Amino acid sequence: MISQDAPDAKIPVPRGPVPMPPPPRPRRTVELTIDGQSVAVPEGATLLDAARQLGIETPTLCFLENLTPVNVCRICVVEVEGSRTLVPACSRKAEPGMKVSTDSERVRLSRKLVLELLGSSVDLSTAPQIQDYMERYDAKPERFGPPAPPARAGERDAARPGHHHPPGVPHDGCAATVGQPVKVDNELYVRDYSKCIVCYKCVEACGTDAQNTFAIALAGRGFDARISTEYDVPLPDSACVYCGNCIGVCPTGALMFKSEFDMRQAGTWDESQQTATDTICPYCGVGCTLTVHVQEEKIVKVTSPLDNDVTRGHLCIKGRFGWEWVNRRE
Amino acid sequence: MDLHFNQHAPDAEEIAAVDGCLASVPLDGDRRQHLLPVLHAIQGRKGWVSPGALNHACLRLDVPPAEAFGVADFYALFQTRPHPPLTVHVCDDIACRTRGAEALCAEVEAALGPQGESRDGVATWHRSPCLGLCERAPAALVIAAGHPPRERDLAPATGAHVLSVLAGAPVPHPPLSVSVPQAGQPGLKLLARVGRIDPASLDDYRAAGGFLALRRAFEMGPGAVIKEVVESRLVGRGGAAFPTGVKWQGARSATLPRYLICNADESEPGTFKDRVLMENDPFSLIEAMTIAGFATGCEKGYLYLRGEYPLALSRLENAIARCRERGFLGDDVLGDGVRFDIELRRGAGAYICGEETALMNSIEGRRGEPRNKPPFPTEFGLFGQPTVINNVETLVNVIPIMIEGGKAFAALGTERSTGPKLFCVSGHVQRPGVYEAPFGITLGELLDLAGGIGGNGRLQAVLLGGAAGAFVTHDQLGAPLTFEGTRAIGATLGSAVVMPFDDTVDLRQILRRIAQFFRDESCGQCVPCRVGTVRQEELLHRLATDRPLGSVGEEVALLKELGQAMRDASICGLGQTASSAIESALARFPIFQGTQETR
Ligand SMILES: Cc1cc2nc3c(=O)[nH]c(=O)nc-3n(C[C@H](O)[C@H](O)[C@H](O)COP(=O)(O)O)c2cc1C
Ligand code: SF4
Ligand code: SF4
Ligand code: SF4
Ligand code: FES
Ligand code: FES
Repeated sequence: MISQDAPDAKIPVPRGPVPMPPPPRPRRTVELTIDGQSVAVPEGATLLDAARQLGIETPTLCFLENLTPVNVCRICVVEVEGSRTLVPACSRKAEPGMKVSTDSERVRLSRKLVLELLGSSVDLSTAPQIQDYMERYDAKPERFGPPAPPARAGERDAARPGHHHPPGVPHDGCAATVGQPVKVDNELYVRDYSKCIVCYKCVEACGTDAQNTFAIALAGRGFDARISTEYDVPLPDSACVYCGNCIGVCPTGALMFKSEFDMRQAGTWDESQQTATDTICPYCGVGCTLTVHVQEEKIVKVTSPLDNDVTRGHLCIKGRFGWEWVNRRE
Repeated sequence: MDLHFNQHAPDAEEIAAVDGCLASVPLDGDRRQHLLPVLHAIQGRKGWVSPGALNHACLRLDVPPAEAFGVADFYALFQTRPHPPLTVHVCDDIACRTRGAEALCAEVEAALGPQGESRDGVATWHRSPCLGLCERAPAALVIAAGHPPRERDLAPATGAHVLSVLAGAPVPHPPLSVSVPQAGQPGLKLLARVGRIDPASLDDYRAAGGFLALRRAFEMGPGAVIKEVVESRLVGRGGAAFPTGVKWQGARSATLPRYLICNADESEPGTFKDRVLMENDPFSLIEAMTIAGFATGCEKGYLYLRGEYPLALSRLENAIARCRERGFLGDDVLGDGVRFDIELRRGAGAYICGEETALMNSIEGRRGEPRNKPPFPTEFGLFGQPTVINNVETLVNVIPIMIEGGKAFAALGTERSTGPKLFCVSGHVQRPGVYEAPFGITLGELLDLAGGIGGNGRLQAVLLGGAAGAFVTHDQLGAPLTFEGTRAIGATLGSAVVMPFDDTVDLRQILRRIAQFFRDESCGQCVPCRVGTVRQEELLHRLATDRPLGSVGEEVALLKELGQAMRDASICGLGQTASSAIESALARFPIFQGTQETR
């Protein structure tokens, strides 16, 4: 800890990726057409809400009900008549009279390409949902060439913004990937950024949307954009308090309980042998709901339901990792 | 906020740099907005942003270190690893490639060693995207950290120049006529004062008619000023071609406070018109911003200047200081009770910060990531407030509009592209430079004005509009340079880049450099652009080295699918236009065997 003159009176500083405008006040109804069907939604609803109301399934990756939309993955794009480009359904508000297509050729092409771009650059082996999407949109990542070998430890973290090796150096004819060694620097969870699709969810969960710790943020730029602590310091040296909320929201398994990671390495992870039981966290009076996942009579991970009023999916270190002590005492 | 800091402590110089930068700014309100100036102060003093320095900045500004690191690590001019104090940025972008960029890189490499490395621990060099000095290519920028830091742009640059500047020896600036061949000619509206007045002298500016337009505006009142701008049918010169009057009208009814931003980030490869204006007629931009602020009801204007423009920086700083001293800026402009002041903000090496919402995030001390629109800036802009943002050249046009009236202004040019226009002519042309001509001049006429095709004199292609523009052929020289005329030939005026290439140029290499530019400059936020620009460069590399995966036809088809998805699904204009120049070249030139279509 450095000791400098403390800044004068603390003033609240606006935080979060982008401040959002205030929500509209009166709740009127908006009528629009999606895939030829009319639908009425409350003012302020998104195109995703409207599509869901009609039972139209829209893929999402960076969207989560309990986080501020960042609309970066672009898998949810839909076509709105009169709009030059496609628009993200997860954050575009429904407007009266909009004519929306969710399955046009343009929409299918963009969704397919987004999946191919992810599939050709990221290890999606522990992201079953994205694999399902890839099947649905007939995505063929191999069209972009064989994957380049992974980077050395720290190599991606050292990239300078605006500079890269031209293709062919050092791996000719290969598709660049974010492949790199797993970061294992604490006993509770690991970070495998070979599996990271940069959906911003962990950053939001660590920041204003839940934890207010700001241990991790986006660093770098372009293809080198990555989730990082300051100067890539190991988690124990960072602000992390091991609430595990980032693990809870990660859609790809890039952030994983150490227990699960070790069992997967050992080949003993078996979801078909696991039970999940809801219980109330015993550690304090807040009353968070925990979903305890048990395999062979041992707790292997703890999650929390997203739709729970108290937690909205978020916990603290005690609820998330307290069982580590239970297991260890045995 | 409870911040957690690691054990690294700042040294005395780092503390002095941070505290010195913050000494003159009010620290009430949002402190994070001072992050970029503070990072500049640290970088300028030490040559890199160390963990200890960052901790101190975060403590003073109440910003979490992980976030501040993410901001520093976003910008090419900030180093987040130990770095030598002397840095040479050598442009290897497309205009400089036509005039010896590779030879210059080789000379610098011979003197300093491989790029990014340092023999003596004192100096190193990096290849750079376009430095906005294309009319005097090849270009380099030398930055020497210290107290105070020294910065010097060199163009045309030689290895010997670079070494002299590194050694602290003076190298004279070339005469202005090299950049502005028309300087001093009668009849110019935007370049009227360029070369005729001392850019440091407020008295010179006033003697040449300066601040008459502002007086006229004050007499007319805000509503009438906007009415004239609407009647002038002025549209934005920053690339998006949006009607300025409509933008201003929209702001008039918005909530307070409102902000004005002048977008002086000029980083589109081949673009240098705004730099030339700011270097040689800086007071006119101050006057124009004041008129815009008065008309739209903004009391504060931000001037966001590209980080690589040291001469424009010092001239604008001087102009702002002189104007404050003499009451042309401040709480009582011209003694008329109007309040308006300008804060100069420096970018730090990121093309994407020219995108209006990325620029706002950058001023706020965040990463320069564009925001999703809607909401648009006129409703939800800087600090979440209604914001009017205009390009330098757009604003400077308001001066003749005030003097001669909107109707007279609109008489020049064409029906849909009114007024005078600055063109950035570089590449294989006899006399590169900024040229002023009325809208409607044809491409061929403009090239004639610039002395005709250079190089070997045989034209192969012209890049119009910049890296985000399009290549056109010899057959299209008759096209009028207007918004509608360029659209009609499947191109765009963009930032008014006009860059001819002779027939010795290997267009495949130019296309690869363009693809590399977009890959390097993507902010990395959205998948289509973050990964798509990488795949686009890889595809071009495979095609250019005759090693397609499958057939050439399949590769070209894949390139087009990729282009379509980037255009349709990217968040901002960078991803949306990253394939346009490449696709236009593929369609019009027999670059890769068998790929040409009838266009
Ligand atoms: C990637 C990107 C870079 C841009 N760079 C600039 C720039 O350097 N200068 C500029 O004036 N506008 C730039 N623009 C356009 C701005 O977003 C915005 O449209 C413009 O500043 C509005 O001013 P105008 O209406 O006066 O043209 C850029 C846009 C994009 C998408
Ligand atoms: S465990 Fe909690 S504090 Fe640590 S990085 Fe994840 S969200 Fe942030
Ligand atoms: S680590 Fe997981 S949650 Fe975080 S950005 Fe990557 S994929 Fe998203
Ligand atoms: S299109 Fe590119 S530059 Fe624009 S937001 Fe997406 S990643 Fe960033
Ligand atoms: S889910 Fe809409 S952009 Fe990611
Ligand atoms: S300065 Fe080199 S291309 Fe513009």
